[in-house]
Amino acid sequence: MHYPRLLMLFALLALAGCGEIWNSPYPGSDRLKSILYTSFSERPKHLDPAQSYTSDEAEFTAQIYEPPLQYHYLKRPYELIPATTQEVPRAKLYDAQGRLLPADAPVARVAWSEYDIHIRPGILYQPHPAFARNAKGEPRYLALGEADIRDKYEIADFSETGTRELLAEDYVYEIKRLAHPRFVSPIFGLMSEYIVGLKELAEQLQKDDKEVLAAHEKQYGKPDRGFPWLDLRKYELSGVKVVDSHTYRVRVKGKYPQFIYWLAMPFFAPIPWEADRFYAQRGMNEGRNLTLDWFPVGTGPYMLTENNPNARMVLERNPNFRGEPYPGEGEPGDAAAGLLVDAGKPGPFVERIVFSREKEGIPYWNKFLQGYYDNSGISSDNFDQAVRIDIEGEAALSQQMEERGISLKTSVGTSTFYLAFNYLDPVVGSLSERAKKLRQAVSIAIDWEEFISIFANGRGIPGMGPLPPGIFGYRDGAQGVNAVVYDWVDGKPKRKPIEAAKRLLGEAGFPDGRDQKTGQPLVLYLDTVARGPGDKARLDWYRRQFAKLNIQLEIRATDWNRFQEKIRAGNTQLFFLGWNADYPDPENFMFLLNGAQSRAKTQGENAANYANPVYDRLFEQMKNMDNGSERQAIIDQMVKIAREDAPWVWGYHPKDYALSHAWMKNGKPNNMARNGMKFLRVDTALREKRRAQWNQPLVWPMVLIAVFLVLGSLPAWAGYRRRERMAARAGGAAASQTAVRSG
Amino acid sequence: MLAYIIRRVFYAIPILIGVNLLTFALFFVVNTPEDIARMQLGVKRVTPEAIDKWKAERGYDKPLLLNQRMDGLRAVTETIFFEKSARLFVFDFGNADDGRSIGHEIATRMWPSLALALPVFLVGLLVNVTIALLMAFFRATYLDFWGVVLCVAMMSISGLFYIIGGQYLISKLWNLVPISGYAGGLDGFKFLALPVAVGVIGGVGSGARWYRTFFLEEMGKDYVRTARAKGLTENMVMFRHVLKNAMIPILTGVVVVIPTLFMGSLISESFFGIPGLGSYTIDAIQSQDFAIVRAMVFMGSVLYIAGLLLTDISYTLVDPRIRLE
Repeated sequence: MHYPRLLMLFALLALAGCGEIWNSPYPGSDRLKSILYTSFSERPKHLDPAQSYTSDEAEFTAQIYEPPLQYHYLKRPYELIPATTQEVPRAKLYDAQGRLLPADAPVARVAWSEYDIHIRPGILYQPHPAFARNAKGEPRYLALGEADIRDKYEIADFSETGTRELLAEDYVYEIKRLAHPRFVSPIFGLMSEYIVGLKELAEQLQKDDKEVLAAHEKQYGKPDRGFPWLDLRKYELSGVKVVDSHTYRVRVKGKYPQFIYWLAMPFFAPIPWEADRFYAQRGMNEGRNLTLDWFPVGTGPYMLTENNPNARMVLERNPNFRGEPYPGEGEPGDAAAGLLVDAGKPGPFVERIVFSREKEGIPYWNKFLQGYYDNSGISSDNFDQAVRIDIEGEAALSQQMEERGISLKTSVGTSTFYLAFNYLDPVVGSLSERAKKLRQAVSIAIDWEEFISIFANGRGIPGMGPLPPGIFGYRDGAQGVNAVVYDWVDGKPKRKPIEAAKRLLGEAGFPDGRDQKTGQPLVLYLDTVARGPGDKARLDWYRRQFAKLNIQLEIRATDWNRFQEKIRAGNTQLFFLGWNADYPDPENFMFLLNGAQSRAKTQGENAANYANPVYDRLFEQMKNMDNGSERQAIIDQMVKIAREDAPWVWGYHPKDYALSHAWMKNGKPNNMARNGMKFLRVDTALREKRRAQWNQPLVWPMVLIAVFLVLGSLPAWAGYRRRERMAARAGGAAASQTAVRSG
Repeated sequence: MLAYIIRRVFYAIPILIGVNLLTFALFFVVNTPEDIARMQLGVKRVTPEAIDKWKAERGYDKPLLLNQRMDGLRAVTETIFFEKSARLFVFDFGNADDGRSIGHEIATRMWPSLALALPVFLVGLLVNVTIALLMAFFRATYLDFWGVVLCVAMMSISGLFYIIGGQYLISKLWNLVPISGYAGGLDGFKFLALPVAVGVIGGVGSGARWYRTFFLEEMGKDYVRTARAKGLTENMVMFRHVLKNAMIPILTGVVVVIPTLFMGSLISESFFGIPGLGSYTIDAIQSQDFAIVRAMVFMGSVLYIAGLLLTDISYTLVDPRIRLE
């Protein structure tokens, strides 16, 4: 009799979920709004352009700040184009007497280069209280007392905002900030070598800052960080001048063509003095995090309106942004891929970008599959679910992904991962023939094709030298093959047989992996950062590669700090390291093998401490040249020398795999720039439809569990009732009555 | 009792100094100030000058424990240990190594931690006590036997399994609640339902089994037999006598954790994206931020001591024979 009612209840509960999504992590009021949903795993350490350097941070800073230049969104190889400038500046070369030289003047004659950077007029900053003015036209919030700040914890707590036009002096101000002792900019060391006067400015600022802080501490006690303000406008920077309100000039020592690439990085973004002044008021930092490092101020397409790096960060469209037209041309195939549909339309297309923090891979991946993230990378754990490798070795989407309309975009990163030999080590180091042959033998023995297949799910291409594809100087095909390690067979590189490696090892004095003088087995030591049992398979694989040559590989696992310390001290033999390009120029990779950059000797970036005088001489020649056949010829020579010397086993260049949903438009991987969010577009109607389709709640399992629990508790209830009614022992009731009567 | 509390507060000071010293020693055995600086500045293009500047800016350029360049008291006060530790005793946590205020972080992250930990604690306690009472009630029956077997099985399973399994089943397969995320106010309910359920279920095995032993111990005592002999129902015996008397050992384990609920859950917060103090601590350990680690260990110690004190006070409330002197 009760069954029909029960069934009806089931049906009602099951229907209750229809049409309504229960598992959405976003407010219902945001449905159909032009919002891009993405995630971040590490909280950004810095959002101040003088300090921020990592690609994670660039996800935010690149949308907010506008350095003078940027990379073309679609074109490859990467091409610099104006961001806020009227054109890409060209260097004017001068000799020591100050005479203008032709553009092709020999590097040796160039004493300095000058860049005149013309800013486009009419560019406005985002609304910010630092620009707010009162009725008299005076700054509203630049002379606040502690009492004024007491109830302020967010930028939104300041009721008034303002804006002003971007001026050349803002760019100059930021360049001076690179020398400020309180910011410790990571590129100060490098830039002080090039920008005229920057080193001297840093010395002056250090001295003055110390005095200002000491005076303040004496009078009021220890100041909070960032306070008091040091007005950088008053300081002279001899190499950087404001020419007029929209032009500034940078003088660089010698010829340094890579300088314009730095002009596309946030280090050179404009900072208005008002913002610096605003945040440097007493009490802004202490306990409030009201700093430029927390609440950036820029002219870019987006502004940071919510900064809660524990949970989420929100970028909203900058209402003062001028609008930037979507590019009208790209590389071949872009039109067919639908990447030119929005050509000429002004971006940004998305009103808001919500970054949610996801520290763990499983929830992140599942939320992407549910449609709550618009794009995703692929971790090793999810690779098999997302991608299948066809018989030709090409990556394609799995059926599940295809059914959901997800698309896959791959690109080879401008980065390299390698095994380095420490040149200071007596066994594997030095330019001696013995050591060189030992390194070459190891280079052949380590099968990177297998490594990529097993440990990187095929996401990478074996390295043939220091340069990755996409960088000028890289050669593809037969021309680019590393003849020390590979043979060119049937139009493809083929790793040399292990016998070739054994022969080289024998010639190096270690026949069959034993020292021919002592007869002792050859033992090599690999320093590595091991994080746990998960690394065992990888470390065993390394051992097996060396065992092919009967070389015993001892793994010296350590933590990251000790590992770095050993490399700095040159106390390693073999170690793995990687490099991500700062800019798409061969100098940014070739300098990793420059002797003058030795990590152990000069704390430079040449961690292998490799030093070959011929290579170094060619590097000095190549680094300041413009791209062309002459430069290519020198690069070819350098690559040949490096391959012969084999200071690295040329590991592999990782491939980036990115997934995006069908409603995401205009996405194209860009390994050099992160400021492309202004061109992303979202088909919100399609997204809403798919989310509703994929996330219908299933209520009946919960009802079933509840029913099971109720049914399961019935015997317990019955048992309880039975016990309640039960006498202490059989016949007990009668016996007690008898006892009462007799008493 | 007031004198007792004051005495205990004074006892806490050397304990806190000791904990602080131990944290300091353990941290700096593994990390040097240079390591911390490099971790903050990254590995690319970091010059020794930049390292020195960073250290000087944050006071890491001083000796660790003893400044031999200084005389008298300054030999102790002009050290990293003193400068970083002394202010903790007035709950001034200063700034993290990345420059951000720790006090501000604690104040904002405490609430999400509590929003998760408090329901898990209260609901968990209720569920565990109920199940334990049931098992004790049906002692030596199949229900008790299989209940204990289930408890042992549940406590043998890793907490991570409950989290991942719960996310897969409830959020991914049945689409009932979000997999992860957090919102304040009433909106937080849909985000907290799953982590609370997972927290409660994950703790049932050990909790119920533990409380069951207390109940069984009490049920074997003479006063219970007397109560039954008086003709009280089993219901009355269990709730009026057994439960009340078993509360003393239960309180020992329960009250001590109440203050530490503020500290949050390390794993659950990470997996469910709850921006609490647990995930803050994990982040700090990963990024080698000594300032945060030190502050969180100090906070944990203070709260634990407060918990122990509360436990002592709670004894007097449930057992009139106990007096704090």
